[in-house]
Amino acid sequence: MNIFVALKQTFDTEEKIVVENGAVKEDGVRFVLNPYDEYAVEEAIKLRDEFGGQVTVVTIGPDRAQEALRTALAMGADDAVHISDESLFGDEFTVSNVLASYFKGKEFDIILTGNQAVDSGSGQTAVRLAELLNIAHISTITKLEISGTDVVAHRDAEGDLEVVGAKLPVLVTCQQGLNDPRYPSLIGIRKANKKPLDTPAAGDLGVDGASIGAKATVQETFLPAAKAAGRILDGDNAGRVQELVNLLQNEAKVL
Amino acid sequence: MNFDLTQDQMMIKNMVRDFAEAEILPEAEHVDKTGEFPLDTFKKMGELGFLGLPISEEYGGAGGDTISYALAVEEVGRASGSHGLSYAAAVSLGCSPFYYFGTEEQKQQWLKPLAEGKILGAFGLTESNAGSDAGGTQTTAVLDGNEWVINGSKCFITNVTYAGVCVVTAVTDKSKGTKGITSFIIPTDTPGFRTATPYDKLGLKGSNTAEIIMEDVRVPKENILGSLDNGFKQFMITLDGGRISIGALSVGIAQAAYEAALKYSQERMQFGQSISKFQAIQFKLADMAMNIELARTAVHKAAWLKDQGRPFTKEGAIAKLFASEICMRACDQAVQIHGGYGYMKEYPVERFFRDAKLMEIGEGTSEIQRIVIARQIGC
Repeated sequence: MNIFVALKQTFDTEEKIVVENGAVKEDGVRFVLNPYDEYAVEEAIKLRDEFGGQVTVVTIGPDRAQEALRTALAMGADDAVHISDESLFGDEFTVSNVLASYFKGKEFDIILTGNQAVDSGSGQTAVRLAELLNIAHISTITKLEISGTDVVAHRDAEGDLEVVGAKLPVLVTCQQGLNDPRYPSLIGIRKANKKPLDTPAAGDLGVDGASIGAKATVQETFLPAAKAAGRILDGDNAGRVQELVNLLQNEAKVL
Repeated sequence: MNFDLTQDQMMIKNMVRDFAEAEILPEAEHVDKTGEFPLDTFKKMGELGFLGLPISEEYGGAGGDTISYALAVEEVGRASGSHGLSYAAAVSLGCSPFYYFGTEEQKQQWLKPLAEGKILGAFGLTESNAGSDAGGTQTTAVLDGNEWVINGSKCFITNVTYAGVCVVTAVTDKSKGTKGITSFIIPTDTPGFRTATPYDKLGLKGSNTAEIIMEDVRVPKENILGSLDNGFKQFMITLDGGRISIGALSVGIAQAAYEAALKYSQERMQFGQSISKFQAIQFKLADMAMNIELARTAVHKAAWLKDQGRPFTKEGAIAKLFASEICMRACDQAVQIHGGYGYMKEYPVERFFRDAKLMEIGEGTSEIQRIVIARQIGC
């Protein structure tokens, strides 16, 4: 079985976020394999162990992103592809198109990704990719069963459970509850760091960054306002209600 | 000069931290309270390659360097001193003697399962009358045909109740003094070899420590580790390496105490503000941060020297001495910052304080470290 995982390196959710000059400061911050992508890597390894074949992990990102690939290799993935050509960086539109050009002409049975990246949180890239490749996708899965070319997945549908069927090749996005990702072993880490990565450039992928430039631009990055202490209104109930409505209308401007 | 960790070192540190926070931290209080040895956690650590981290791959290890190993010990120790001590002992005292001195056959037979985490090893050196003065060893080994017959006892032996194999020093030629001591490999199921009830200790209660009693223990002639009459030299070298790990463990415990104290000081309100706003508290925390930084750097320097194949006896002793003493001080000050709560078991600094004391005693007391340093500087 040809198994692929598209993954992303993200900001560690436990790190303190500092915004400086309109961007999130990256100095001295720990970056991790996107936690949802860990479920994808774990599921991919389990599929490989059950059906044979191999697991290839793919990412797009700067030099540091190779650490996320190496984490996946240390967990047990077989090969890693790092697209680090800056002309191919962009938004969900760009990334899904770059990935689509990578997958075109490749034989694949299943592509797994996280249900979303914990940094941008859009959850778009994977489903856009499935659309571009013209294959079925099942998002936010919590269970996956494959028999022959039949795929049955449970998906988390806003608290409800949907059982969805599809045929291979398929793209699935993984949700918490799917599995319990293994730790990379220390021997695995040592081996992963010795492994050469495949690093195709735009030309190798047959894609021109200019034609798939980002469709969206970030206008402003800011932290949520610090939570202020609550206020207790004085007076009788009628007066307090009136004051509350007034504040909601004129101060918070939510009514 | 480059102070950055390599990618290997960074990934190993991150992985061990993730593992320690998820698997070790949650049971740290439990093992301290009950004295239960966390055997299941050590099995998991073994499967992930922790126990053979600095051992080469041909003997079942992960082939990591000493810096990676020091980072791992620090991270385990930050989560739990008990786990940290048993981990450091399993590697530095369990695996290392075989790695440094074992014959190829001994490495295949014993080092491999030790490095793969299939069994734990222990190192029997200290006796009731031979502590810092290991030359005073009274355990004896006498050759009888093709077997050595060993008699005597050892005290304060880490992990031995759960060990599959123990390296034990014994006098083979009394007339030669320290040059008549030999190390023997004793499988712990050998008749006549037994361990007493584990000690009830001040701290590190989840780390197993017990006495060994050997009565007519018979092992084959070839169970000499390396060669005859080399035991003293062997354990001096083993302890040199062990100091780096106790230094790293001290940094880990100090780091945990510092983090707990910093957090508490930011939450604890007195006189209308958090106590972290008071200089008296700030100075304590600044001293802790400074000392931890220096201790960690000293540990890494000694580990780096070892990795380069250069002498590190002085630097190892300096790192162990400094790190253990600032660990004790950091834990003392962390309790002080917590005030009355620091004396209560509901806060972890009380445990750190008890755990820290061993750092100044185990694998050479602070006084012995000063002797080692004094000799190295030519006194």
